[in-house]
Amino acid sequence: MEILRYAIYRFGTMLLTLWVVSILVFVIINLPPGDYLSNQIAELRASGQSAGVAKAEFLRSEYALDKPLWQQYFIWAGFLPGPHGFSGMIQGNFGWSFEFDRPVAEIVGDSLWLTVLVNLAAVLFVYVVALPLGVLAAARARSWVDYTSAFVGYLGLATPNFLLALILFYYGHRWFDLPIGGLMDPAMEGEPMSWEKVKSILIHLIVPTFVIGTSGASAMMQRLRANMLDELGKPYVETAIAKGMSPTRMLTKYPLRVAFNPFVADIGNLLPSMISGSVLVSVVLGLQTIGPTLLTALKTQDMFLSGFVLMFVALLTLIGTMISDVLLVLLDPRIRYEGRNA
Amino acid sequence: MAPLLSVKNLSIGFGKDDAVVRDVSFDVAAGETLALVGESGSGKTITCRAALRILPKAAQIRSGSIHLQRADGPVDLVTLGERQMRDLRGNQVAMIFQEPMRSLSPLHRIGNQVCEVLWLHGRKSEAEAKKEVLSCFERVGFPDPERTYSSYPFELSGGMRQRAMIAMAMVAKPKLLIADEPTTALDVTTQAQVLGLMKELQRDTGMAMILVTHDLGVVANMAEKVVVMNKGRVMESGAAEPLLSDPAHPYTRALIQAAPQIPAAATPKPAPPREDLILEMTGVSKTYSMRAGKGWKAPSLIYACRGIDLRLPRGKTLAIVGESGSGKTTAARIALGAEPPDPGGAVLFRPRPDAEPIQVHNMDRAARTAFQRDAQMVFQDPYSSLSPRMRIQDTMTEPLEIHGIGNRAERRERAGEMLNLVGLGQDMLKRYPHAFSGGQRQRLSIARALMLDPSLIVCDEPTSALDVSVQEQILRLLENIRDQHQLSYLFISHDLAVVARIADEVAVMRRGLVVEQASPETLFHNPQHPYTKALIAAQPEPDIHRPINLKLVAQGAGSPENWPEQFRFSGIEAPPLVPLEPGHKVRCHV
Repeated sequence: MEILRYAIYRFGTMLLTLWVVSILVFVIINLPPGDYLSNQIAELRASGQSAGVAKAEFLRSEYALDKPLWQQYFIWAGFLPGPHGFSGMIQGNFGWSFEFDRPVAEIVGDSLWLTVLVNLAAVLFVYVVALPLGVLAAARARSWVDYTSAFVGYLGLATPNFLLALILFYYGHRWFDLPIGGLMDPAMEGEPMSWEKVKSILIHLIVPTFVIGTSGASAMMQRLRANMLDELGKPYVETAIAKGMSPTRMLTKYPLRVAFNPFVADIGNLLPSMISGSVLVSVVLGLQTIGPTLLTALKTQDMFLSGFVLMFVALLTLIGTMISDVLLVLLDPRIRYEGRNA
Repeated sequence: MAPLLSVKNLSIGFGKDDAVVRDVSFDVAAGETLALVGESGSGKTITCRAALRILPKAAQIRSGSIHLQRADGPVDLVTLGERQMRDLRGNQVAMIFQEPMRSLSPLHRIGNQVCEVLWLHGRKSEAEAKKEVLSCFERVGFPDPERTYSSYPFELSGGMRQRAMIAMAMVAKPKLLIADEPTTALDVTTQAQVLGLMKELQRDTGMAMILVTHDLGVVANMAEKVVVMNKGRVMESGAAEPLLSDPAHPYTRALIQAAPQIPAAATPKPAPPREDLILEMTGVSKTYSMRAGKGWKAPSLIYACRGIDLRLPRGKTLAIVGESGSGKTTAARIALGAEPPDPGGAVLFRPRPDAEPIQVHNMDRAARTAFQRDAQMVFQDPYSSLSPRMRIQDTMTEPLEIHGIGNRAERRERAGEMLNLVGLGQDMLKRYPHAFSGGQRQRLSIARALMLDPSLIVCDEPTSALDVSVQEQILRLLENIRDQHQLSYLFISHDLAVVARIADEVAVMRRGLVVEQASPETLFHNPQHPYTKALIAAQPEPDIHRPINLKLVAQGAGSPENWPEQFRFSGIEAPPLVPLEPGHKVRCHV
């Protein structure tokens, strides 16, 4: 029950943080002078296209861009009624993309869950690769296993992702007949979900997951190895051996449990760094994730679109940290009982 | 009958270096206790670990054999396969380690960690194992076994954790128990109780025990046979009685001499006249409020110190003795101005006999700087109180730099002088701390404290991390320096015997209160308070004819609510501190 209460409390603080983040995001997207529409209006005026100007002016009042900034924020967030009543982020109306001339929701729609998919796959990859390798490297410290994994790991850290992507695409295609670019067969885009489509996506995911996950995995592996080595020197390890435990069982039950904490705590950090890190990769690999969209939106000052994307990334991060915090409390009694036996 | 464990010509070494254990042989019979005695670095720990083959990776057994008698005949533990070795560990040969704080996993419940022994050796179903563990917990003295079963180690005190370790070692009913300094990290009274428990368990189960220790007092109380080791070799071995009362080897004699003892007989000295006080604490209390886990509950108050009145005459040593949590360190921190007392308390400090007293907790910046020159501290752990990244020279001259005294050459010269004073060579100035042993490091700490030519030194358990023989040297050094330089010490310790030789006055603390205060002579020969009596009784002495009186220890060291009527606390209410005779105060109802 304690844990449920903590989870609820943690969820509350997450909402609070999200609110603060929304203010920050709004301030940031409004930092460059002018907005998309006023820039466009100025341009249209200069070229004397009054019809376009009328439309832009209409959009301006439609999206309350003629109001003072603080009102704009509240309308955007959905705390205050805009020209069409309450319709902000809270109500699920993400605004209008001026650049693409379509609602934001429509533009990001598909790429949202593809982003989540790609990054979840990468996080999974990081954990699946780093966990056994890190433990193995620590258990066989200063042996060829340790050195080889460290070498490969540093190679992964040091190689630029896009380069790795190109190399993998080339050889993946040549040797394993893996598809190049995209997240699914172009023929299936916009098709309803089917077994064929799932299979196509999974095959397309292989290279991106590897590319995005490698550097995270090697960093995580080194951290886990260092933590494990610290723990292996502690007296309780000796106690466990003196009880007659086998090395594998001892390793997984005791030091790994302790070394696991930072591992879990990293979930929160992993998500945002991957999303922002994968922007470039997405462009290179032609992934239909949110990354390239964010890049365009920021370049053209498409404020509602970029605002939404930033909020989305922030939400993912906050969810990640919340998960890792709740997991930590579940895993570590010292955190759970803090202050209980005061 | 063949001995249970028989070690023959055992040699162990690291890499290509000289062996650290050379040609060690001894036998342990069933039901017998053998003590392996020696200073740190004597190879005693490596030797006992070899019996379980839990040596550091780089160590290898070079020669010799370790035969364990089993039902089906003897096996050589040196050559036994790893698989079979594993079956043996925890099952037939169990081990207790030195640091109960760190020898249990912090993330697993005690019950789980103890039960595991039974699961591993596959003898019990889950329910049966739990039942057995619970009865074992009860046996080792946990008042509420069920609760202990589901507790985490950090919820228990040090003594309780060591009991849990003992339960873990005993639960599979091993034939041989190896205890590596099982009580070194514990308070004297807790030590006495844990030792008593181990002895009792041994009597009940008939197991053999190898006790590794540096404390001959512990040996005298526990062992039938003794093996004295030094630098990897056996110096002397034999039955405990003749060996302790009439040691043949000079090394054994030196060890026995070094063991601190409560003086046998002395006449109480008259209370010294007290006019020139260097430090005076009046009505000092310290209350901490612990933030409750929930915001709406009132914070709980912890009374670390209550109404402490202490006076330290110039050139004398005042000792505060008590178990961990008794408030002795808090009192010292307040005396040094590191923490303010609760309102109403005052600490006065007179740097010179004729100077005006300074209010330690009401000083301006300049006065504080001056005070810091006059009052210095020597810390408990010589390993962590010296920066490993600074040369000794830099560590030593730093205080002078901070106070802007002298130039480089003068500072260095003074550092050299101080090193000579504490018995180290000037040529050691360029070294880093890791090049020094524990005793040498404590000498360095003392030298550093002396750099500013202070008049008051607070010693916070300066010898409790050291071997007995080194402890003796450090105490002698502290005494000499005090007499040469007219220093005054505030000496914090949990060990009455250490205090016995150095202090002029002793204040015994329990639960934040001074329960008895007198000169050491009075205290040792006419102790009035049950807690003082327990402390004295708990002191293990290297005399086999003076065993620890466990009943006295248990009563005095137990809860203050169970003390005799006259001394009893009820809740936080305690009787007043009343003078019995000049210079002897006891907290009791008269």
